Amino acid sequence: MHQGKSMDTHTSTSPDRLIYMANQIGDFFNSQGHDHAVAGIAEHIKKFWDPRMRKKIFEHLDAGGAGLKPNVLEAIASLKK
Amino acid sequence: MSLVHEIDFGTPRSKSEKMVTLTIDGQSVSVPEGTSIMRAAMEMGTQIPKLCATDMVDAFGSCRLCLVEIEGRAGTPASCTTPAMEGLVVHTQNARLAALRKGVMELYISDHPLDCLTCAANGDCELQDMAGAVGLRDVRYGYDGENHVFAKSGPKHTHNSPEACENDHWMAKDESNPYFTYDPSKCIVCSRCVRACEEVQGTFALTISGRGFESRVSPGMSESFLGSECVSCGACVQACPTATLTEKAVIEIGQPEHSAVTTCAYCGVGCTFKAEMRGEELVRMVPYKDGKANRGHSCVKGRFAWGYANHKERILNPMIREKITDPWQEVSWDEAFNFAAKKFKGIQAKHGKDSIGGITSSRCTNEEVFVVQKLIRAGFGNNNVDTCARVCHSPTGYGLSSTFGTSAGTQDFDSVEDTDVVMIIGANPTDGHPVFASRLKKRLRAGAKLIVVDPRQTDIVRSAHIEAQHHLPLMPGTNVAVLTALAHVIVTEGLADETFIRERCDWSEFEDWAAFVAQPNHSPEATAIMTGVDPKELRAAARLFATGGNGAIYYGLGVTEHSQGSTTVIAIANLAMATGNIGRPGVGVNPLRGQNNVQGSCDMGSFPHELPGYRHISGDAVREQFEAMWNVKLNSEPGLRIPNMFDAATEGTFMGLYVQGEDILQSDPNTKHVVAALSAMECVIVHDLFLNETANYAHVFFPGSTFLEKNGTFTNAERRIQRVRKVMSPKNGLEDWEVTLGFAKALGYEMSYNHPSEIMDEIAALTPTFAGVSYAKLEEVGSVQWPCNEKQPLGTPIMHMDGFVRGKGKFMLTEYIATDERTGPRFPLLLTTGRILSQYNVGAQTRRTENVVWHEEDRLELHPHDAELRGIRDGDWVKLQSRAGETTLRALITERMAPGVVYTTFHHPTTQANVITTEFSDWATNCPEYKVTAVQISPSNGPSEWQKEYDEQARQSRRIAMPVVEAAE
Repeated sequence: MHQGKSMDTHTSTSPDRLIYMANQIGDFFNSQGHDHAVAGIAEHIKKFWDPRMRKKIFEHLDAGGAGLKPNVLEAIASLKK
Repeated sequence: MSLVHEIDFGTPRSKSEKMVTLTIDGQSVSVPEGTSIMRAAMEMGTQIPKLCATDMVDAFGSCRLCLVEIEGRAGTPASCTTPAMEGLVVHTQNARLAALRKGVMELYISDHPLDCLTCAANGDCELQDMAGAVGLRDVRYGYDGENHVFAKSGPKHTHNSPEACENDHWMAKDESNPYFTYDPSKCIVCSRCVRACEEVQGTFALTISGRGFESRVSPGMSESFLGSECVSCGACVQACPTATLTEKAVIEIGQPEHSAVTTCAYCGVGCTFKAEMRGEELVRMVPYKDGKANRGHSCVKGRFAWGYANHKERILNPMIREKITDPWQEVSWDEAFNFAAKKFKGIQAKHGKDSIGGITSSRCTNEEVFVVQKLIRAGFGNNNVDTCARVCHSPTGYGLSSTFGTSAGTQDFDSVEDTDVVMIIGANPTDGHPVFASRLKKRLRAGAKLIVVDPRQTDIVRSAHIEAQHHLPLMPGTNVAVLTALAHVIVTEGLADETFIRERCDWSEFEDWAAFVAQPNHSPEATAIMTGVDPKELRAAARLFATGGNGAIYYGLGVTEHSQGSTTVIAIANLAMATGNIGRPGVGVNPLRGQNNVQGSCDMGSFPHELPGYRHISGDAVREQFEAMWNVKLNSEPGLRIPNMFDAATEGTFMGLYVQGEDILQSDPNTKHVVAALSAMECVIVHDLFLNETANYAHVFFPGSTFLEKNGTFTNAERRIQRVRKVMSPKNGLEDWEVTLGFAKALGYEMSYNHPSEIMDEIAALTPTFAGVSYAKLEEVGSVQWPCNEKQPLGTPIMHMDGFVRGKGKFMLTEYIATDERTGPRFPLLLTTGRILSQYNVGAQTRRTENVVWHEEDRLELHPHDAELRGIRDGDWVKLQSRAGETTLRALITERMAPGVVYTTFHHPTTQANVITTEFSDWATNCPEYKVTAVQISPSNGPSEWQKEYDEQARQSRRIAMPVVEAAE
């Protein structure tokens, strides 16, 4: 279940929608255990997100990354390096 | 050119591998055991006279015209029902047979009108041909006796007899079906139509009522064709040897004089047709027997619903406008190209290179899609290209490439003939993929077992001579829980195919997966509270699938269009691997794809992260090949997907969109959000046949060409690449690939091709799975299924035969995560969406044909219990509300729905079903969650405010300015 802050999905105001999407990706990979999950989330975002989306989520990460679940936060941080 | 002639062998082909040799008319002939003597004779070129036999249906032996003599046997057996056997000596013609045949023929003609000159079948009448073949010269009986031919008759019948009275045997023509007529006065009761309806289509709408002289072909219980269960597939019309069942177009125009083999532009089955022409006028579409997807069958859409090509609303001139509130101005092609190019260049100058993009069409050809994605990647200089597969089968691509290594189904359609247990998940083939459904139903009638996983009781669950062994009516959104529970039963009851898994899959990944699914929380009993599925039924279904022989899974958008769409596809792949059902005929994972070329549009590099052939854009080696061929540097970063484009548009970073043959405003979820995104863009180019809903927000309109007006290829759900052949000049002046080239040239990126075959040559040069594909090969062999290359020069009907494409099959964990779209006090019901047989996708084509007689409007299906609670009666207007918006439509009360679940189709723009759907989407691909929306319904008086405003905006936006007449000097 999504524990993150509730989102109004019917507006597209970033970064809420991106946080939601990132956490959704995290939910799939989480069952694979921490290491696989972090790597899987990072790879997925790298493969499928356009640069402006990645930039936005990095900015959100820099601002504290509120709402991102732990593995997702870690994955995005690893991607930013 | 002439008509493409197909030989009618009289009876179906025998599949036996054992050959028998017999002698017919002194010639020795070898045929597979089980072949009829009639067919054996035809194989050597001898046509035995026949009326009731045709090779689309089994032999019947009723007309007695095909009699032969067999040495050593008494009498004159019918050659259609007598099998060829080793050593038989057969004579097809001698004085005795000739006399018998003439007698039979004379009796037929004695009850048949002799209006051959003015008859619609003139030139295509088997009765006339046979009268000629048997040498009938005289009919001795006259029409004084009882007959079915004349409306009036009498004891002393003469044409103007004042004594003539009503003839009770005569029946008037039934013209109720919009596409064909039934004229009982011409019927010879051969029952070919009845058998075609049963054996080929599987609807059982027709029967022979009465006996002897009273025998009549009867739709339903002596109803009209339109009023009966008839689904208007046209198999009966094709089977009819006389003018009894005739296409109205043939009656109106006359017999065709030439034809070309082409591919249907409706669903992903990819039926092959002969387009039968008179000049540049299409007379009729006749399914082609050699078509490997359809094997000579068709549905109402492909055979009959092509009238949209000439519809008065079709736009034939390019149009432009500065603002969407302006009326359209008709301009020349060059003006339109230059206007559009200037806008797009201006946007890039202002907002950056990545601020424009395009959407390729799953209805256009491979070649047309290829040039659009090439224009975007090479001409626009970014990867902002996507296609409508985003909103349908993108999870299939993700799920199957992760587990098996290819983004496509594993089988050909013929495979179903070897299947023992069919599992259909989230698909409604009798409506969505009717020709495949007919082939499936034929196999089910022959004894294969059926499991249906679907919230609705779809037609396939129970229909004529078919009943699913298990129907699992799950709550929408719980696919992953149900599939994992099926896996739980298979693993915990020791039914997994360990030999297959050890040989073909990664064993340690399997062990992890097996331990995961075996957890007690994944059992059918534990998950029933969420899924609503009876655990006993689920266990029985799992056992049947695992132990019932060849198991094949067919699935549709009920699988993919969910928050966990990709996870569900992975769960399906897991299930197939765990039961060893991959890599041979009769098994496999088979996505039923929606649009004619959605497979092709994905193959052709329509996704923002992938070059043609599903290779990631970041791969240097692959990208460099394209750069060398295209002579341009490509961007190595993935571009925006459709929903991301909309988000970026509302944020102001994505300002120009070129949409080829796709109505995103009607088909994409949350219409209000799409409207906001389109309104925010500075230039929207719509390239389409009609001013579709998206065009209401467009600044440039490029008129499109229909599939009848261009050359190219489509790739169907079996990965089968088939030719589309031009049979008439494009009414808009240009084939669609030429339109894209014109626009590209105006942008300064010139692509020079003289014919689509040259585009295919480029595709083949750049894409290993297409390396062996060329127009010359398609001309030669008809069609090929990719991969088609040096290793598989004739293509690959069945994938993963000797191991998975990715190496070892990969089991992946599939944790069920409930969608955040859930019911509550405000929105207590779940809405799911789907389609109906007579309409196609957003209905742009089918709504502009006579198919509207079957489906004039979208209706809201709901269970009587839910209706009663709210005081709703059948046919009432109801308001349908979700968190996203509201609309109104009329109710259809039916027990096919489970209580708590409601359903509608999305074929009509006035319904606005997508005002209701939300922006929740698949975690991996952003494929929208069309199949689950929490809603409330209540009685209503009529259209909502939004619908009224929308209609007014659409009406305003579709204005086309009258040409300015210059004043005389």
